[in-house]
Amino acid sequence: MVNPFRGFSAVFYKETLHVRRDFATLFFSLIIPILQMFLLGYGIDTNIRQINTVVYNADGRQESRELLDRLRNSDTFRINRYVSNDQDLNDAIISGKCRVGIKIPVDYSDKLLHQMSAQVLVLIDGSDSSVAGQAINVTTAIGLDESLRRVLANSDAVFAVDMRPKVLFNPDSRSPNFFLPGLTAVLLLNVTTFLTAFSIVREKERGTLEQLFVTPVRPMGLLLGKLLPYLGIGFFELVMIVSAMRFLFQVPIHGSVVLLAFLSLPYIFVSLSLGILISSKATTQAHAMQLAFLTILPSIFFSGYIFPRETMPKFFYVLSYFVPATYFINITRGIILRGAGWAHLWVDALALFGMGTLLLVIAARRFHDKVITA
Amino acid sequence: MTSNEQAAISAEHLVRRFGAFTAVNDVSFTVQQGAIFGFLGPNGSGKTTVIKMLTGLLPLSGGDASVLGIDVRKDPEGVRETIGYMSQNFSLYTDLTVTENLTFYGRIYGLSPERLRKRMDEIVELNGLGPYMNRLSAQLSGGWKQRLALGCAMLHEPKLVFLDEPTAGIDPVARRQLWDLLFELSGHGITFFVTTHYMDEAERCGHVAYIYFGKLIADGTPDELRELPDVQPQGTYRVEITAPQVTFALRHARTIAGIRSATIFGQSIHALIDDNLELEHLRAQLERHGVAVAEIRPLSPSLEDVFVELTTKRQAAQEAASG
Repeated sequence: MVNPFRGFSAVFYKETLHVRRDFATLFFSLIIPILQMFLLGYGIDTNIRQINTVVYNADGRQESRELLDRLRNSDTFRINRYVSNDQDLNDAIISGKCRVGIKIPVDYSDKLLHQMSAQVLVLIDGSDSSVAGQAINVTTAIGLDESLRRVLANSDAVFAVDMRPKVLFNPDSRSPNFFLPGLTAVLLLNVTTFLTAFSIVREKERGTLEQLFVTPVRPMGLLLGKLLPYLGIGFFELVMIVSAMRFLFQVPIHGSVVLLAFLSLPYIFVSLSLGILISSKATTQAHAMQLAFLTILPSIFFSGYIFPRETMPKFFYVLSYFVPATYFINITRGIILRGAGWAHLWVDALALFGMGTLLLVIAARRFHDKVITA
Repeated sequence: MTSNEQAAISAEHLVRRFGAFTAVNDVSFTVQQGAIFGFLGPNGSGKTTVIKMLTGLLPLSGGDASVLGIDVRKDPEGVRETIGYMSQNFSLYTDLTVTENLTFYGRIYGLSPERLRKRMDEIVELNGLGPYMNRLSAQLSGGWKQRLALGCAMLHEPKLVFLDEPTAGIDPVARRQLWDLLFELSGHGITFFVTTHYMDEAERCGHVAYIYFGKLIADGTPDELRELPDVQPQGTYRVEITAPQVTFALRHARTIAGIRSATIFGQSIHALIDDNLELEHLRAQLERHGVAVAEIRPLSPSLEDVFVELTTKRQAAQEAASG
């Protein structure tokens, strides 16, 4: 009987040669996502860090310096200016050189030593609401934390048990941890969908596809032979993105890296199949480019990457189930942030694999019909 | 000689419809093994559709076809296993070397590594690609690209090769060399199905068919076609009139009774005239109009004459039928 995968190994051989020959394109398509990651990873930082801060330390003793160290260590504040009077403190904020001013009164250490309440004045530039909010939260938290520590050191232990300063103050809440795992899904889509779509449309433009159809190659053999080398490239890209995330952006991975790698395969498979489906429709590379961009938008907006799916209107919520990135973002966030395992994620992986197979079969049929009606 | 076992291609009453449009209408022909079959016709006349039907890409709406004894309806994959096909633009991967292109096509046809190596050596000996084996095919000239493409199409030793406009955009020397190669291969029993727009190439084919708006309107050897009654009606003959001012001569030639049709060919006029119009008489009449005539001599029709004649007859018939 006819082998439906006829020609697979020949096409695979040829595609790997194409990839090797066109190393520049490959290099850039691998590097650009990493650059995007840097831009977005730093750009989409919703947590406010390193706020320029001016300090007027009228006290200047051990206790006051400890407080400043704590502010600095929170990562929220960057103390870039010290002044010695109220006027300069005000001016630094008004001129926009600093967004936060901290005044430690002259009797700060004395009051603490005498078990009295010491007040620290925090002046905050309200022109950027998120900066202001963050500054208020963090300074209040540090103040509370500081007071608690002192209460615990001097009073009896009954007080300490009920208070949980960790909950009140979490200096480690960084937005890259939430953004980068989702970004992985979008960046991967970029590489895989575009590369496969282009590789087939290029053959259409050159007329080599026409030639292939007059050989014994079967559509499935052709498509899988084209798909597999790019599956390798997509996987390599994933490894690069995850490494950058872990080591450059310091995002801790709570689950299994091996599981993450394994579950990324069905997602790469879907994105490649999508590229192939696009190439069955597009006749030029410019056309393929437009269609590929069309797939990027839902992956960003309807996948839960930016807007939580739970808050979407019903229609978009239902739509999000048809977006492959939805499942993969659940996988990446699950493994990286929540430490989820196979038992939690196999449904997502299965959904992706099903989608990929469906898309590939549709694409193969379209290729078959196209030849017949062309 | 005409039995079907021997035929490389046997097409019987082929029909292909696309919706209401009939692209191929009752086309029948037989191509003998070892023949060079020239398949001609204007663009959009159904040439490519017929090739797609014979290679099993396009299901037949009617009729039957067998290629190398394989029924196209029953086993289209089997047909594609056994034939070779070279498309118009040579379909090479320009970022692959000559060797890699050959290897790819060899694997497509499932050649074992030993057989691939042996066939590659044979192909290289035949087409002389030896010095260019490690060159990217993008760097080859048009003629070499075409030889490589032919080599790719013949790796699996097909008995029948379809060549779709094999010489489009190729320089005259390379064209000549390709035809020499085709003659040599056809001497070894390989059949070629060639589409072309070049009339001189059509003249080289041992067997020519002409398709016009989905209908086959001529089928035979070039000599047979020249003898067709439509081309050479009873009581007429063809002459070549050489004159210094051809366009001026043509204008007057068309007014002379007894000249049925006249067209310019280079520096001369080809005319179809009545038997009873003597050459001397024709010369006298032209000179009376002030046409300087260098020479008038009888001529056998070229294939171009044949196709022009057949096409105009068809057009006239169609107009009569529709109007």
